[in-house]
Amino acid sequence: MAATPGPESSVAQLADELEAPPLTLRQLTWRRFRRHKMAMFGVVMLLLLFIYSFAGALFFTEDYSNLTPTELRLKPPVGAHPFGTDTVGRDILARTVYGGQISLLIGLTAMLVEVAVGIVIGALAGYYGGWVDAVLMRFTEAMFVIPQIFLLIVMAKYFGDKIPDISLLGRTFSGSVIVVVLIIGLTSWMYLARIVRAEFISLKEREFILAARATGTPALQVIFGHILPSCMAPIIVSATLSIASAILAESYISFLGMGVQPPTATWGNMLQTASSDFNKIQNAPWFWFFPGLLILLTVLSINFVGDGLRDALDPRSRAV
Amino acid sequence: MSEGSGLRDNLLLSVDDLRTRFHTPEGTVYAVNGVSYSLHEGETLAVVGESGCGKTVSMLSILRLIPIPPGEIVSGTALFRGRDLLKLPEAEMEQVRGKEIAMVFQDPMTSLNPVLTIGKQITESLRRHTALDKMAINDRTVELLEIVGMADPRRRLGDYPHQFSGGMRQRVMIAMQLACTPSILIADEPTTALDVTIQAQIMELVIRLREEVGMAIIWITHNLGVVAGLAERVIVMYAGLIVEEALVDALYEDPRHPYTAALLAALPRVDRRRDRRLKSIPGSPPNLVVEPHGCPFAPRCEFAMERCRSETPRLELIAPRHKIACWIDVETGAPR
Repeated sequence: MAATPGPESSVAQLADELEAPPLTLRQLTWRRFRRHKMAMFGVVMLLLLFIYSFAGALFFTEDYSNLTPTELRLKPPVGAHPFGTDTVGRDILARTVYGGQISLLIGLTAMLVEVAVGIVIGALAGYYGGWVDAVLMRFTEAMFVIPQIFLLIVMAKYFGDKIPDISLLGRTFSGSVIVVVLIIGLTSWMYLARIVRAEFISLKEREFILAARATGTPALQVIFGHILPSCMAPIIVSATLSIASAILAESYISFLGMGVQPPTATWGNMLQTASSDFNKIQNAPWFWFFPGLLILLTVLSINFVGDGLRDALDPRSRAV
Repeated sequence: MSEGSGLRDNLLLSVDDLRTRFHTPEGTVYAVNGVSYSLHEGETLAVVGESGCGKTVSMLSILRLIPIPPGEIVSGTALFRGRDLLKLPEAEMEQVRGKEIAMVFQDPMTSLNPVLTIGKQITESLRRHTALDKMAINDRTVELLEIVGMADPRRRLGDYPHQFSGGMRQRVMIAMQLACTPSILIADEPTTALDVTIQAQIMELVIRLREEVGMAIIWITHNLGVVAGLAERVIVMYAGLIVEEALVDALYEDPRHPYTAALLAALPRVDRRRDRRLKSIPGSPPNLVVEPHGCPFAPRCEFAMERCRSETPRLELIAPRHKIACWIDVETGAPR
């Protein structure tokens, strides 16, 4: 009990707290988030993964990661190739670096597509109600009943080779990256739309929204300037978690050979090449271990961060 | 609906036969059932009545802020400077709200957006309705906060509503609504949620602003005491109808409608003997889900006659600038 502060010190501490300016919403959130150990672990882990993927590019060129010295194929991890090489002699370390860039970018951009569509549909349905709501929600339900994985496969197959490659930031991306981002984004916005709609239905009845409208604020400004900021908490949580699902979804379809096409590497299509032959799964474990581990760490970290954000942003909510 | 004799001639707003209903699962609510009144430049009009008598809904209807559906404005006109507000396209209506007619709401704890800074909320209507640049808007916002009596306004622009007390929030709300110097300020029980000393401060503030800005005020309240020191003219509403309209002194000294008379008799007064019991009005306000038929006050009225139950009395001029919707003379209890 020696550690318990005496009455004087707690009074002093209280006085200090009263003196200090009140914490802003952001500071309070950060306080609660910091206490969530797993979430902090997730943040650090994600930072390391980003550094790995983007700083790693300083050590290897993309050409090097696509180099195919076939005489070096299927070398176990040693010296020059710490993660080993694949069936055509490409360096797995360099490929996980460049694959990581693509996988993380797909996760982030697919999340942006999802959030944009989900917010617009949910906000319009919730704010206007009536037939707008009815039409948009029936559409949402229709999207729900189509199994996402089949939709992903069919669309990936259909659009896969129809988009030309693009150059961005000095890198050439296979057109299939865009396709995969759009497909994942456009098939996973429904949960978010429902969350946003529910928030809007309750928030639009609040008096401050009436007050905003009474000053002549047009509907769109009310929707995006006044109501949306009030429901950012559930959107942020949902968006964070959806990065993880987008990375996983990319791995699925790339694993099935219909996602991002080689030579552009992603963690998902690296797993696909690794699993193309059962013998290699047994005999060359380094082949699938490293991309698999990276996917695992990324998804796990993002989920921890999402959990932490949920607890920090909305202390009353229970895990979904 | 011309006012006849008037201290001021500049008619600003004239509402005629406004009827608003809400179609709810429990049935149609007849909230406002034919309300007509007018407002002149710089005038202060008080609208009194008990909760649910249609005071707020009739004001929200003029601004077209009632949710449609379930709401419906069945009939009526609201001429504001020659334009019928009930028929304006929504885009033009947005130019009227906040710029020409502003509204302060009852509860300052709920009528400011908790996630936006007060600076942002006040500048919103300035950005929308004026051509001022960023610096000018900022200066005007600081000036507005000074006008409503905020200490150190420049520093507080970035604060959120939860960092202010109730009285301060109501001041912020008033600053927000005054930003574009509207010609009408509708104040919907702006002091009800505040304690008495803050109430007095807010009323003083509004009275001072009325002199400085020269705007007309519609003050909605259920507190007859508040009305006396503030308004020039009073409208008494009951069950979605105006039952009496008079200059404030006339209303207090010589109420002509049985409802107003009963209401005033139920009010404690310092100049009356303490041992007398306050008179209450028997019965309860009518259920507005039933279509109104006859005088809405008839079931509770001590003078009610056969005619009162079958026919709704119209608002008629019975003395200079004094109108009632009743056939009875409250002095004698007999028909006029």
